Amino acid sequence: MIETLLGNANTLLLLACCAGALAGGALMLVLRQPMRVAMALIATMIFLAGVYGLLGMHFIAAFQVLIYVGAVMLFMVYVIMLLEVRESDGPRFSRLVIPGAASLLVLLFVLAASVWRPLPSPKGEIGDAGYGIAAFSADFLGTYWLLFELTSVLLVAAVVAALAAIRVGRQAAERRTNG
Amino acid sequence: MDRTQLLIGVAVALFSLGLVGVIVRRHVLVMLMCMELMLNGVNLSLVTFAQQTATTVGAVLVFLIFVVATVEIALAIPIVLLLVRTKRTLDLGAYSDLKG
Repeated sequence: MIETLLGNANTLLLLACCAGALAGGALMLVLRQPMRVAMALIATMIFLAGVYGLLGMHFIAAFQVLIYVGAVMLFMVYVIMLLEVRESDGPRFSRLVIPGAASLLVLLFVLAASVWRPLPSPKGEIGDAGYGIAAFSADFLGTYWLLFELTSVLLVAAVVAALAAIRVGRQAAERRTNG
Repeated sequence: MDRTQLLIGVAVALFSLGLVGVIVRRHVLVMLMCMELMLNGVNLSLVTFAQQTATTVGAVLVFLIFVVATVEIALAIPIVLLLVRTKRTLDLGAYSDLKG
């Protein structure tokens, strides 16, 4: 019994991580307070990092935690704390909640039906990605170097745009103060 | 149901949950987080296919999506802060005048 469980430990962990990610995603729809929604999203991201690790994509799992959880969500949590967002008395959902729920069901049905068709069987077992970070890095900076350069341009554009947005906000505040 | 179908099914479910969250929630920051959930669903499908085909192109696309998500948040947060400074609320109903 224990040997069977240990033999299927990777599959069980994969199922548990998938279930945790789905539970976190579902909680994001029903929780009211933004901080709790952020915690649910962080849990989803960590479970997804576990899935990536179990699939053998360890470097993507590490970057999922470092970039998504460590940078993006930390930024989001800081903003929630900065704005002192509290539970509002207003409605939690928009008027589109019933069409939205119906469209979710239809979308899930259509996509599940398309996914249910037999897919090509995986080439490797769980935990066998077929390549490591060395091969990935060589491909990324060799074959896909143009995409790498484009990401740096995109990041610079984002920094300039964020600075411009902050400047607009300052000018509007000064105008309100003076006039 | 094999492993690929399971993971693609989870990716589809995450994307759908994020899409519905963007549609039905009224809080601006929660909508942003639902968009991140959609990107995570896309990432899971890319990683699954990258592992299935043992090619690096899926992993490269995942890194590009990481960058896009970071840029999206870096731009969206200052805009949200500006909107909050103007309207003093995070409820989407207050911003209906942006429709034009």
